[in-house]
Amino acid sequence: MCLALPAEVVALDGDTATVNLDGVEAPVSLAFLEGVGVGDFVVVHVGYALSRVDPEIASEQIAAMKGDAAADVAAAYGES
Amino acid sequence: MKYVDEFRDPAAARALAARIADEVDPARRYAFMEFCGGHTHALCRFGLEDLLPPNIRMVHGPGCPVCVLPVGRLDLAVELVTSRPEVILATYGDMMRVPGSGGVSLLTAKSRGGDVRMIYSTAQAVELARDNPEREVVLFAIGFETTTPPTAAAVKAADAAGLKNFSVLCNHVLTPAAIDAIMTTGSAESRARLDGFVGPGHVSTIIGAEAYEDAARKWEKPIVISGFEPNDLLNAIHLLVRQTNAGEARVDNAFARAVRPGGNAAAQALCDEVFALRDAFEWRGLGTIPESALKLAPAYEGFDAELKFDLQYASRPDHKACACAEILRGEKTPVECAVFETACAPEHPLGSCMVSPEGACAAYYLYGRFRDAAPRLAAAE
Amino acid sequence: MTSDSNSGQRRLFAKKLDFKRGAIDLTHGAGGKASAQLFEELFRPAFDNASLNRGDDQARIDGAARMVVATDGHVVSPLFFPGGDIGALSVHGTINDVAMAGATPTQMTAGFILEEGFPLADLRRIVQSMAAAAAEAGVEIVAGDTKVVERGKGDGVFITTTGLGVIPDSVETPPGADRARAGDVILVSGTVGDHGVTILSAREALPMSVPFESDTAALHSLVADLLAAAPGVKVLRDPTRGGLATAVNEICRASGVGALLRETSIPIRKTVDAACELLGVDPLYLANEGKLIAVVEASAADAALAALRGHPLGREAAVIGEIVDDPDGFVQMETAFGGKRLVDWLTGDPLPRIC
Repeated sequence: MCLALPAEVVALDGDTATVNLDGVEAPVSLAFLEGVGVGDFVVVHVGYALSRVDPEIASEQIAAMKGDAAADVAAAYGES
Repeated sequence: MKYVDEFRDPAAARALAARIADEVDPARRYAFMEFCGGHTHALCRFGLEDLLPPNIRMVHGPGCPVCVLPVGRLDLAVELVTSRPEVILATYGDMMRVPGSGGVSLLTAKSRGGDVRMIYSTAQAVELARDNPEREVVLFAIGFETTTPPTAAAVKAADAAGLKNFSVLCNHVLTPAAIDAIMTTGSAESRARLDGFVGPGHVSTIIGAEAYEDAARKWEKPIVISGFEPNDLLNAIHLLVRQTNAGEARVDNAFARAVRPGGNAAAQALCDEVFALRDAFEWRGLGTIPESALKLAPAYEGFDAELKFDLQYASRPDHKACACAEILRGEKTPVECAVFETACAPEHPLGSCMVSPEGACAAYYLYGRFRDAAPRLAAAE
Repeated sequence: MTSDSNSGQRRLFAKKLDFKRGAIDLTHGAGGKASAQLFEELFRPAFDNASLNRGDDQARIDGAARMVVATDGHVVSPLFFPGGDIGALSVHGTINDVAMAGATPTQMTAGFILEEGFPLADLRRIVQSMAAAAAEAGVEIVAGDTKVVERGKGDGVFITTTGLGVIPDSVETPPGADRARAGDVILVSGTVGDHGVTILSAREALPMSVPFESDTAALHSLVADLLAAAPGVKVLRDPTRGGLATAVNEICRASGVGALLRETSIPIRKTVDAACELLGVDPLYLANEGKLIAVVEASAADAALAALRGHPLGREAAVIGEIVDDPDGFVQMETAFGGKRLVDWLTGDPLPRIC
């Protein structure tokens, strides 16, 4: 219901970041997130960053999906 | 696109689908509701239902803010912008084409001289107010918890800048209340038919995974929070099958890379400050639901367009033949509605499910109707 | 109840146009279903003749068997955009409509509706751009007309162009929208969505960088190369408003067939794809101004693809699917996951979404 995408922070200017999504750059407000740095990926919705993508959890999920044992996928995803 | 493409990997999708097929009990049927319209859209756009075993049915839920906005609320915006020349109505593109009473949309209002501006971010609405001090800028705010904090941020920004010519026509609605409504309306039989929910991913970045604990316990249904990529969805369905088979009813956070257990505290605090709970709010297709929507808090009443312009809401019922309520509860499929594809189509929707591409009927119309349209239309002749 | 003027086909418009109370809205110009309905329920029956009824974007002139004429009105906001402007567009658009009959464009005429107050500097820029585009294409602009409307009654400038062309003798049976048959192969000459997403980003002043530009270009030399390599090309169409999705639907409707596309084969620029994801629009529904769709017999597919790829405007050409028998005329697409979905006509005009 809410269109949002993970995009990489490439520049910071106070409360505003510039994010890059495959070559498309857009300004994003960081009003709801603290401690965001260049290189972080944030979930962007209507010009605001909603949350930071946790790179460790993401890579666990991706690794589990690439492995043969699909059972691991559920385990990696399911842990909250 | 990093963190997107990896979750669209077809090989992993097939592995997940195989896993689901292995674990489903062939002797039973499963019905899971994806609450969120974004999930509905992804299921249809990627053709994921073809990858699921035939005894799993996905029920398309009410989580599309455009769909559930009652016509009477849209009429308020149309009337405001056409009757008051000083008003600039700022709105997201999603709302532009939705027909209100008499088929009049904001696009129609614009063609009749109403000053409707499409925005992409609420910050643009505040800029409009700053740049047009002699005009009244009204933000037509819609959306679930994801879209609410940006509206709150706009109100705070307007307040800080002392902008008296900015206000919000607030239609923000709440997800947990809608899940409760799905479970409390309709027949006991239809409630029993639903085996679990795919929980919205982006809403949950704000409200957190813990926000669903009550619902899972109260309704004894598993809820699995999912991202929006195809493999996220397949994985969530897999986890729902597991819980269903084991007779469990837990909240699983399968979008943990972006969703924290407690959500986004800063955004929650901002919304708590700027908004207050409405006693009740009408949802198109679901009826009036108590404590299911927000209005401006007393401290920010000066930004409430309903008070500022003395707007009086009037409920406008949907067409009698419309089966949206049953479809949203999973009691009927879109093709079982008498007016689907005939009187009700995306270019002239009669009910909420046809209004936006995320609605259950529109998604089926646009992406899926080749599946059973031929036999059905032949039968109708 | 399920058929209309194209007997046996699925009913495309659930409701007839309401000539008593109805009014034109923006969707009638968006190139999707509403545009098709306006043509089928108003213009076609009113002007009723064999050339028009064929449903192509141009007509062959009876009595001058090898001659082709096409006309195209151009309204675009903004007038100047990355990769082009309304002037170049008004030349390319009409040349392309002529070229889709397999014809070589020769002359054009241009009609200008100007709004009072429109800066002469902008008009000169537009006219010079038209002249350059026409010269590059080897087409003369031989007649024209100018009208001025009061301030507020136009959007700066509207340009209507009409193009004439001749089908070379080497083309035995000219391409036509109604000639697609099951088993034929569908090709596209390059990436889709470039023009549409450029205009959308520029028009809505979206806070977003635009690392792509309009693909506006004259396609007649690409068509000539294609026809030389594959003389039996059955359908040519430039997927402008309504995009690839609507163009394939139009072909299927005119030919009484269905189509099956393969999602992974459709060329889309990475940056265009990213912008579309951000905006919530589907690149298959966005306009192109320098691309063509070709339908050829399966045996000619390799030659057609090689010819397209050998031309500078067709380097990223691809086979994207095939024509199938389908009484409903559905265009289906196999997704990257092996699932299927419908690719319907455009409804309305693509607008950025937030949900």
